[in-house]
Amino acid sequence: MAPEGSAYGQPWNEKYRPKVITDVSHQDAVVSTLQEAMKTNNVPHLLFYGPPGTGKTTTALAMVQELYGPTLVKSRVMELNASDERGINVVRHKIKQFAATAVGQGAPGYPSPPYKVIILDESDSMTTDAQNALRRTMELYTKVTRFVLICNYVSRIIEPIASRCAKFRFKPLGEESISDRITSICQKEGVVMEEGAMEALGSACGGDMRKAISHLQSAVRLFGNTVRVQSILEAAGVVPSERVVELLEACRGGSYEKAQDVVVRLTKNGYPALQIIQQLQELVMCAEDVSDDKKARICMRLAEVDKALIDGSDEMLQLLDCASLAICAFTGTTQVGKYDA
Amino acid sequence: MLWVDKHRPKNLDNLICHKEVGANLKSLVASGDCPHLLFYGPSGCGKKTLVLAMLREMFGPGVEKLKAETKEWKIERPEISTKIEVELTTLSSNYHVELNPSDAGTKDRYVVQELIKDMAKSRPLDMAGQKSFRVLLLNEVDQLSKEAQHSLRRTMEKYASACRLVMVCNSVSKVIEAVRSRCVTVRVPAPAEAEICDVLQYVSKKECITLPPEFAARIASSTDRNLRCALLSLEACKVQQYPFKSDQPIQLTDWEVYITEIASDIIAEQSPKRLYQVRGKFYELLINCIPPELILKKLLFELMKKIDSELKHEVCHWAAYYENRLQKGSKAIIHLEAFVAKFMSIYKQFIISLFG
Ligand SMILES: Nc1ncnc2c1ncn2[C@@H]1O[C@H](COP(=O)(O)OP(=O)(O)OP(=O)(O)O)[C@@H](O)[C@H]1O
Ligand SMILES: [Mg+2]
Repeated sequence: MAPEGSAYGQPWNEKYRPKVITDVSHQDAVVSTLQEAMKTNNVPHLLFYGPPGTGKTTTALAMVQELYGPTLVKSRVMELNASDERGINVVRHKIKQFAATAVGQGAPGYPSPPYKVIILDESDSMTTDAQNALRRTMELYTKVTRFVLICNYVSRIIEPIASRCAKFRFKPLGEESISDRITSICQKEGVVMEEGAMEALGSACGGDMRKAISHLQSAVRLFGNTVRVQSILEAAGVVPSERVVELLEACRGGSYEKAQDVVVRLTKNGYPALQIIQQLQELVMCAEDVSDDKKARICMRLAEVDKALIDGSDEMLQLLDCASLAICAFTGTTQVGKYDA
Repeated sequence: MLWVDKHRPKNLDNLICHKEVGANLKSLVASGDCPHLLFYGPSGCGKKTLVLAMLREMFGPGVEKLKAETKEWKIERPEISTKIEVELTTLSSNYHVELNPSDAGTKDRYVVQELIKDMAKSRPLDMAGQKSFRVLLLNEVDQLSKEAQHSLRRTMEKYASACRLVMVCNSVSKVIEAVRSRCVTVRVPAPAEAEICDVLQYVSKKECITLPPEFAARIASSTDRNLRCALLSLEACKVQQYPFKSDQPIQLTDWEVYITEIASDIIAEQSPKRLYQVRGKFYELLINCIPPELILKKLLFELMKKIDSELKHEVCHWAAYYENRLQKGSKAIIHLEAFVAKFMSIYKQFIISLFG
């Protein structure tokens, strides 16, 4: 892909995607077990699960490259993801069709084991019916195909399928692994991290390597080759903490009007509500002078608001509701019911 | 042409506000390895202007040669033995395609995928004669179904070298985490009132009219930091009365005036009859394509101006509650009406408790 990049290169996430499985960081257990299996030339069905940006897709792609080499991989491997139609009929026909054709010659210099690999990425978005159909197909062609299922939530994969696979859990990346990898990218790109920037990046990405690389690239491209803490925070969409403190103080002050002003200003400045409530929650939990029952009341509402936001509710209204409840919690009053017949 | 469109800055260098974001975007384009982008910020804050100026910076004036194309998509799905047909109008240049996914309705997922694959097939050549990429500009991505957003995940990675996504939205909370983490995100704040005044002065100068600073400030303060509204208002004021008089009323859009009236109606009388009248007015607004959540929000802020502080917590809670239901439900009018009924009941109880 790289030579086609012309003046415009690829996003760093693609550029620095590990090409061999030993380059995948922080998943040592997964990597060594896989390597053993690859040596025996008999890879079982695989199920990779774990949070986003931990290397699942990367590992699957690197593995098939190592097994078949760049040419054979095209005919031996089929990748289906959430962008492809994957209803029952697809499972019945497309997968069947692919699985049923005979495997040809191997590629010289590569193990090229005599079976095909079907990668089902993002398979937690497959319906249960489709998964049931898949189960039959897996049994039927088990001699000539291996499946690699990839998902975030292993609980969404039906038991009969999960039990047929060797399961691999991908852990969120530790700050050290992230900082190692980021440091090496920085060297190649000529980027300098100022003091504290790496820590800020580590905590903003929450163990998601993809996020870490995206945020780094944003910070560099938007704010220059010397990365300051502030650039990382802005790139990661973190709300400056004094803004969140201001909101909390307005709520403590007890005036609805003041709190409304702060909320309106925050949303007009484009700060995402989801981010605000996350930071607000951290602040409230750490506040030593707030009693436990007040904390509980506020956090409960924060949780409801989080759900409402995911459901697509209006950011400003949800934040207002949240601020209003916080005021009521601080002043020890009820939010609703006083004048409600 | 309206002033809002006529005086839209075309270059990143000519921006009046968001100069800083503009400079950042310029260095982003210069760096060459432009990733997928997600712009977010409140409505009317100038996201689209930034995006168009950035595309011009990337590809030159060629991006402004737009053609509207109505294309009928026949998406073959042999494996499920059906054919999906969608007719859709896109705006495109040699370098980019623009799409409002909500136009594709429930089929948005197929259309977006199809477009991306299409773009990957016919890649334009850059100056050096090499294959370059095209941009798919997706407006209102927050309106894109969750299903369609999920289907973008791997596609965004797979077709990264052929097609860059530039996405624009108001509410970034509605964009799934998996998509957000695959983009460089750019926050576009609403311009401050002073910046709005600068833009108003700039446009006035171009139109050769004199705008007294106090009058500009009044327009800015009555349009909620919404640049688009401020410019529309300026033009409307000019039509109404020029030279400007200092006590001249600020022209607001019809629907805003209408909602202010609804608020007064509700405060004046709380009865089933009044509720019924208000319902008629809501219908009127909805028919004119005013988004229901906007109606509810504006109504809430108008009501808040007129009621006692003691009531505000309760009222704001129910506004958030019914707006949430509105998003989950299917008929907006029901939830708007339910909010008004709730408000009337609370307000009436309050008045009774005051006067016994
Ligand atoms: N363990 C890792 N070591 C090195 N780089 C990684 C690792 N995990 C992720 N990355 C980087 O993040 C990018 C995304 O990783 P990948 O596509 O494997 O994520 P994923 O686990 O499939 O996530 P999702 O669940 O969102 O699909 C890669 O291109 C790579 O640059
Ligand atoms: Mg993946």
